[in-house]
Amino acid sequence: MSTVLSAPLEVGFDYTRSLGPVLGRFFTGLRERRIEGVRGSDGRVHVPPVEYDPVTADPLTEFVPVGEEGTVVSWSWMSEPLEAQPLTRPFAWALIKLDGADTPMLHAVDAGSPEHVHTGLRVRVRWADEPVGHIRDIAYFVPVGAPDGTAPEPPPAADREGIMIAPVHLHYQHSASPEESRYLEALAEGRLIGQRCPACGKVYIPPRGACPVDGVPTEEEVELPDTGIVTTFCIVNVPFLGQRLKPPYVAAYILLDGADIAFLHLVLGCDASEVRMGMRVRAAWKPREEWWTSLENVDHFEPTGEPDAPYESFAHHL
Amino acid sequence: MSDVAVVGFAQAPNVRRTPGTTNGVEMLVPIFAEVFRQTGLSKQDIGFWCSGSSDYLAGRAFSFISAVDAIGAFPPIHESHVEMDAAWALYEAWLKIRMGEVDTALVYGFGKSSAGQLRRVLALQLDPYAVAPLWPDSISIAALQARLGLDAGLWSEKDLAEVAARYRDVDVSSLLDEPYLADPLRPHDVAPITDGAAVIILASAARAKEFAERPALITGIEHRVDTPVLGARDLTRAPSAEAAARAAGASGVEVAELHAPFTHQELILRASLGLDEQVRVNPSGGALTGNPMFAAGLARIGEAAKEIFTGRANRVLAHATSGPALQQNLVAVMEGLD
Ligand SMILES: [Zn+2]
Repeated sequence: MSTVLSAPLEVGFDYTRSLGPVLGRFFTGLRERRIEGVRGSDGRVHVPPVEYDPVTADPLTEFVPVGEEGTVVSWSWMSEPLEAQPLTRPFAWALIKLDGADTPMLHAVDAGSPEHVHTGLRVRVRWADEPVGHIRDIAYFVPVGAPDGTAPEPPPAADREGIMIAPVHLHYQHSASPEESRYLEALAEGRLIGQRCPACGKVYIPPRGACPVDGVPTEEEVELPDTGIVTTFCIVNVPFLGQRLKPPYVAAYILLDGADIAFLHLVLGCDASEVRMGMRVRAAWKPREEWWTSLENVDHFEPTGEPDAPYESFAHHL
Repeated sequence: MSDVAVVGFAQAPNVRRTPGTTNGVEMLVPIFAEVFRQTGLSKQDIGFWCSGSSDYLAGRAFSFISAVDAIGAFPPIHESHVEMDAAWALYEAWLKIRMGEVDTALVYGFGKSSAGQLRRVLALQLDPYAVAPLWPDSISIAALQARLGLDAGLWSEKDLAEVAARYRDVDVSSLLDEPYLADPLRPHDVAPITDGAAVIILASAARAKEFAERPALITGIEHRVDTPVLGARDLTRAPSAEAAARAAGASGVEVAELHAPFTHQELILRASLGLDEQVRVNPSGGALTGNPMFAAGLARIGEAAKEIFTGRANRVLAHATSGPALQQNLVAVMEGLD
């Protein structure tokens, strides 16, 4: 296999969730330093509370206060904590049955080393210094009797009810396909290359790992000019976060001469109202010193002034 | 209603890391060609396509759309997707044939587990309110399950090592000398991170003999789910696997392919599915030797079917799991269609 380009891909967002009456009450309680479970149809007290009974699926509404201390029911040792876990030093994951509860909850126990953890260990809640309105308001658990500094003061009353925000951050190494890599490397040299499907002869830019008609990789390299036509377009009038151009401007599908698939780009250099289907355009390249392995090397497309392509010549590319 | 049979199966090499993309195309194109060769079918002959994969594994929204290129999906096809192991995609395809809508279906699953940090990615399968924000990783969750069985005397660390030793050329005592990965689990107790893909072709029983010499007729297939609340169920058992096996009519099988990514989960499944010593378990090596996410369960069905294709067995069981700590389970029972 030819060498492929790859790069880190970072995914991050704050997931904002509505809590509803059961979880909302539980998390409000945590912020106020108390723990409540909910009684199930079979009489068991679930902590954290569940909205619907795990056995009968009935809605559950009877809240039961439980203790801040509990017993370790099972545990495993996390010798190298991963990002975003409750502790950055080695700790135990544990299923902890709080006093007054019948089902254990999952959380972390700060115990120093695995020799200090065992099934049956008595632990107590260590509250978070800064409540955030979800499960992390319990920072972690500590063995009962272990020194753990000064417990933080209870915070002022809650100002945000009914929602929680959970940050998600994931890290990937994203790889381009061999076909895509050739295309990206050519862009760094100011060239636009497509690849031809060996079965149907269509030219794709960017090239594809498999032709969507034939299911085989595109292979034969085809150098394409930086001229083409607008097949379809829209005028962007709406401002949005991260927008780089001031509306109105035109986002258009550009079909390069000799290609069988259009790609999305900008059409600038004329009034937005002048852009039309079939309009001839040419790439406006950024200065050479700004080129890299990206279609961003083409800043935008602009009209060439040539006569428009007739509709029939591109109708099958719409 | 029409009975359904497995008539073709292929899988990509199970490898620790591929240089390919997360859209699966590079792994799928060759194995599609392989099942078409096996069955004599072509893409025009396939009535329904269904896949299993995960956007979280790829780190991109709608990542399964790119994989559809591998089909050669023009002119338009009938296609569907599950965000689960592709064994559940097979269930959907099985229904399509049962309902008489189509005669043939192609099911595929793929996952490039190596693209991200699998242990963290899988945390997002957990309850998003009270559990996932703690980022418990998949191996630690399994370790909590393993400890419960150790404490209850259901298995020992040596029992777990014996499961692992069945799949590799090592002795049990040397495995027990290894340090813990997540106490009480050692590296040999945990399936390797694996990139891979698998594909199965299904056909109605009426037509199956056109495509395979000895099709694997699905005599029962069921899936069940246990509560997602980890503390609310007995983690030393898999009640949903047990219920699925009962509903699928799982007695009297000669071979069982179990989707057990952890050694203790194989023991849980053997007990839940009522498999005795006579049953050959995981002749393929099972998930402990290769666990391509979102394809490994489908591969179990394929590997079990292969035992029938080759005449090595006449009645087999395949099991697939999805979610944490054996939460969701599917069982298929197959017999040779002579
Ligand atoms: Zn083609």
